[in-house]
Amino acid sequence: MWDYSEKVMDHYRNPRNVGKIDDADAVGNAGSLTCGDQLKIYLKIKDGIVTDAKFQTFGCGSAVASSSILTEMIIGKSVDEVRKITNKDIADELGGLPPEKMHCSVMGYEALEDALKGYVDKDDLNDALDEINGKPVDEKIVCTCFGVTENLIWEAIKQNGLKTVEEVTNYTKAGGACGKCKNAIQDIIDTYYNKEKKENDENKVVLSPAQKILKINSIVENRISPELQKDGGDITLVDIEGDKVYVRLRGRCSGCRNSTLTLKAFVESSLREAVDENIEVVEVNYDGK
Amino acid sequence: MMANNLIYLDNNATSKVDEKVFESMLPYLKEEYANPSSMYDFAKKSSNAVKEARVKVKEFFNANNEKEIIFTSCGSEGDNMAIRGVLDMDKSKRHIITTKVEHPAVLNVYKYLEKQGYKTDYINVNSNGELDLEQLASAINDDTALVSVMYANNETGVINPIQKISEIIKSKNQHTKFFVDAVQAAGKIPIDVQACGVDMLAVSGHKFHAPKGVGALYVNSKTILSPLIIGGHQERGKRAGTENVPYIVGLGTACERASDNLQYEMTEVKRLRDKLEDGILKSVFNARLNTGVANRVPNTTNIGFEYVEGELILLHLSDLGICASSGSACTSGSLEPSHVLRAMNVPFTAIHGSIRFSLSKYTTDKDIDYVLSVVPNVIEKIRDLSPYQDELAELKRRKFGS
Repeated sequence: MWDYSEKVMDHYRNPRNVGKIDDADAVGNAGSLTCGDQLKIYLKIKDGIVTDAKFQTFGCGSAVASSSILTEMIIGKSVDEVRKITNKDIADELGGLPPEKMHCSVMGYEALEDALKGYVDKDDLNDALDEINGKPVDEKIVCTCFGVTENLIWEAIKQNGLKTVEEVTNYTKAGGACGKCKNAIQDIIDTYYNKEKKENDENKVVLSPAQKILKINSIVENRISPELQKDGGDITLVDIEGDKVYVRLRGRCSGCRNSTLTLKAFVESSLREAVDENIEVVEVNYDGK
Repeated sequence: MMANNLIYLDNNATSKVDEKVFESMLPYLKEEYANPSSMYDFAKKSSNAVKEARVKVKEFFNANNEKEIIFTSCGSEGDNMAIRGVLDMDKSKRHIITTKVEHPAVLNVYKYLEKQGYKTDYINVNSNGELDLEQLASAINDDTALVSVMYANNETGVINPIQKISEIIKSKNQHTKFFVDAVQAAGKIPIDVQACGVDMLAVSGHKFHAPKGVGALYVNSKTILSPLIIGGHQERGKRAGTENVPYIVGLGTACERASDNLQYEMTEVKRLRDKLEDGILKSVFNARLNTGVANRVPNTTNIGFEYVEGELILLHLSDLGICASSGSACTSGSLEPSHVLRAMNVPFTAIHGSIRFSLSKYTTDKDIDYVLSVVPNVIEKIRDLSPYQDELAELKRRKFGS
């Protein structure tokens, strides 16, 4: 027995906005009969506002609940706001879904995205085109059993912070049947996190000088100093000039014959790893630089 | 939301403990707690109780000798013990056969053995769920150590012709062992291990009104198993562990009760099942019987509702106090529909909306009348959500005319 929230139960028992809009301005589809769940969503849009939404769903309790609550979430909202809705928003609005059922919320997101992909507001034509062009157009199918694309897996990882193949399966169904694509899913996860890491690396480069000083200061105080104190020593930040970080070693560290090693192997490498790989740490004595 | 009356139509999942079974167990849960292996007089009663239960199970199977009965903890244990135990005794043959529609307790053991280097064949069924006997016959060769075939399928109730299968096996290779998982047959149709010519046969108590946690495995005197659970001398060294006396007593009583009840099962329970089935097929235009004309146990029906999804049907039925189950992907947490319905090639329009109703001797006409009064509305409500309105309208036209 699934542990469905009260809200999920309310929505599959009394689904809102069921049906079809014959003169809809946008229609989206996700899933299929063979896959075991399918959602069709119909939108009426006036002056950039979703004025009505209806759905038809073939699927389990959580699929119906996700569809039903999605229509409630979007009626009265602007197209721009609606475009920002993620599967996580749908699941959160329902008070959560069992992990194995998260793919139902993803189906809601997919159908909505599908509907808005085809919808171009006249006043907003250029923005919409940018939106479409900005998205990767690669429609490579990763899971042939459920017809799940690389893009959908990528979005699910991004929106929900998924880390394992099993989580991706729960959210997108990919890999849930024959399992042959599990390696491919792992590759996507690896690629995503490498990319995320790279973006973080790039962030380091674009630190402003002030941010850089604050960051170095914080690392010296919170990470390096406590370590040196364990050995009866300490460190003080004296000055920062470009990539040169001037520090003063104190206590047992000062004059210790390992102090050069401490500086290079520990202080410098810590700062290089966390802030900038060009950093050079220079020791200063009490009597100046 | 839960209705006051519970209508339990999921007896293939588990069943209510019979009052007489419960009563027979009580002394062994209370004052008669002795270990049957002990030497003193106090142990005599529990030791005799286990002996009597063994005779009752022997009679239930029509086995030749009560030494051929081993008490187990469940159906899965019986399946594992029979399959792995018999293969472990003679490792010279490396080919084993089963069907595509077995219970996971057999299928996953075969998958495991495959990894150990066994060659496996999985025999097909037709669209009614009936086994392809020709394929089975041609699969058996000199290297075939074991054939495992379920007596009746848990999802569809389809009965395999066990005696005929035994004849086929022995005509092809008289050394090949034949194991039958009879978990879904026990208590529903007569079992006669001698007439059927099976080497091993497993049952589980809780499917026929004994409690959960006890089962039995028949192993004929010509078949030797190595034990799964190694330890003491219990069950003639085939299954170590102190006897679960109260549950074994319960199983004995359940076997006795089931024998007495077989006639009722095959007439009255069948009548109620047919009433339910006919009623749904007549009143719901998108319903289809997944098993066609196949021979089935009297208590089970598997109905596919086209263009609607099974979990949602079960949730709505549950709100009305009705318990059933589904081969739908969504109910199990797996993403694929049941391997049984897939092996039968149930149409993709109906496979996700397939519901199993399984009755028992406790099911009444009133229960079935109530179910028949609400099922059409439940299906209609769910049908209204479906994106397949055109296809549904076409189905309706075909069934009822325009």
